Amino acid sequence: MLETEFMRLALGAGAVVGLLAPAVGFFLVQRRQSLVGDGIGHVAFAGVAAGILLDIAPVVTALIAAVLGGIAIEVLRSRGRAAADQALALVFYTGIALGVVLVSVAGALNVDLFQYLFGSILTVTRTDLAIIGALGAVGIATIGLLYRPLAGIAIDEEGARVAGVPIGALNIVTAALAAVTVALSMRVVGILLVAALMVLPVSAASRIAWSMRSTLVLSMAIGLGSALVGLTISYYADLPPGGTIVLVAAAAFVASTLARLASGRD
Amino acid sequence: MPLAAELAGVSFGYRPGQRVLEDVDLRLGEGEFVAVAGPNGGGKTTLVRILLGLERPSEGRALLYGEPAHRFSRRRTLGYLAQRSVAGGDAPVTVREIVSAGRLAVGGLIGPMRRRDRELVAEAVERVGLATHADAPLHTLSGGMQQRAFIAKALAGEPSLLVLDEPTTGVDAESQESLAGLLLRLHSELGVTIVYVSHEFGAVEHFVQRLVLVRRTIVFDGSPHDLPGVWHDPSHVHARD
Repeated sequence: MLETEFMRLALGAGAVVGLLAPAVGFFLVQRRQSLVGDGIGHVAFAGVAAGILLDIAPVVTALIAAVLGGIAIEVLRSRGRAAADQALALVFYTGIALGVVLVSVAGALNVDLFQYLFGSILTVTRTDLAIIGALGAVGIATIGLLYRPLAGIAIDEEGARVAGVPIGALNIVTAALAAVTVALSMRVVGILLVAALMVLPVSAASRIAWSMRSTLVLSMAIGLGSALVGLTISYYADLPPGGTIVLVAAAAFVASTLARLASGRD
Repeated sequence: MPLAAELAGVSFGYRPGQRVLEDVDLRLGEGEFVAVAGPNGGGKTTLVRILLGLERPSEGRALLYGEPAHRFSRRRTLGYLAQRSVAGGDAPVTVREIVSAGRLAVGGLIGPMRRRDRELVAEAVERVGLATHADAPLHTLSGGMQQRAFIAKALAGEPSLLVLDEPTTGVDAESQESLAGLLLRLHSELGVTIVYVSHEFGAVEHFVQRLVLVRRTIVFDGSPHDLPGVWHDPSHVHARD
C-alpha cells in the first residue's frame, strides 16, 4: 500500500484531519454545539459551488464561505438575535439552498461536485498535502496555546464572562477553527461527513476518559486511528475512503461504550 | 463603609412593558455577607445579573465599586457561581480542572499555567475540603461536593466580591448547612463580600448579617432576626432552634 504515492499522500492528509477534526470538535461537543460542524459544512458547499461557477479553486471559496458561516452562527447566537438551534438552521439551510442554486447555474451537478460532497482523498496532491499540513499545524498549535481558556469556557461560560475573560473573541476563534477544519476535511471525508469526524471520536473518548484533558488526547488518538485504519480498509476492500473512515470512528464509539459498560462505570 | 455594589431606582424587563424588577434600591458594603432570597420567579437572578453588569437596567443605575457595572474595569475581582453550574458536555471533568478555570482571568490566557496559579488552585481545593478528590471526575462526587468544587473555582480567582446563585439547588439539607459553614469561614478568614442567592435561605439566615427579600421589588432588607416569623424558611427550622 505504501509503495503508491497516492496512498502515502492520502494517509498524510488523513492523519492531519484525523488529529485536527476531533481536537476542534471537542470544544464544540463540550458546549453542546455538536452540529455546528455540519452547519458550516453546508455553507462550505455553497462555497464549493461558487468556486466552480467562478472558476476559482473550490477549496479557497469553501474556506472563505465556511469562515463567514461559522462567524455568522456565532454572532447570531451570542447577540441573542436567534436561539442557538435557530441560528444554526438559518445558516444551514441558506448555505445548502445557495449551493443548489449556484451548482445549477454553473451546470456542475457532476463528479467534480461529488468529490467535495463525499471526499476524494485519493486525489490529494503534494500541494494539497502541504496546505492541509500547514493549516492543520496552525489549528493544532492554536488549540495548544488556547486550551485553558477554551476549556474554561466549556466548563463555565457565565463565570468566565463575569470575570472578564474575552468570551466573544474566543468564540470567534472556535468558529474560525471549525471552519478551517471543515474546509480541510472536505477532501478527506467530504462535506456530508465532516461533522462525524468532529463528533464521533470525541463521543467515543468521553466514555473511557478520566478527565477533560485525557478526553481531548484520546479523541485525537481515535480520530487519527480512524483515519489510518479506515484508509487501509478502503484500500484493500475497495471501499469509499470517506465513508469507511467514519464507519471506523462509529465502531470506535460502540467499542468504547461497551468497554465502559464492561468496566461498570455506568 | 465603602460600597461594593449599588443599585439605585433599578427597573428591568426582558421585553418592552414587562417588569421583572421595579424600583430596586440596594447598597452592599464591602465585606458584607448578604443573603438575597425570595420566591422562584421573583427576580433574584435578574437582580444579581444586573448587579454584575451582565444585564443593563431599563431604568436606574447599577454600580460596582463606584463604576457602572456593565463597564466595570476590574472584572477579575468578581467571582460568580451561576445557577445550576454544570460542566459542559459528556466529557469527565476533574475537580482540579474546574478550579483551574477560575484562574483564567487573573493568570493569563495563553499557554500552560504558571507555578503560582497552580499553587492557588491547590490552595482553593484544600480550602473547600476536596484535596483528596482533586483528580476525581466531578460526576463521581455528591451534589454538595460538586458545589464545593465550583466555589473553589470562584475562590481561585481571589475575588473581592463573590456571588453565588442558588448554590444549594439539588443538595441535601445537611450539605446546605455544611456549605453555609464553609462560606462563613471564608467570609471571616478572607474578608470577601458574599452575596448568597437562594429561595431556600434557611441554611444561611442564621449566619448572614443581612437578609434581602426580593419579590419584583425589595420587600424586606434587614437582620434576619427582624424577619416576621411566617417568612422564615421552614426547611431549616432546626438550624435556629
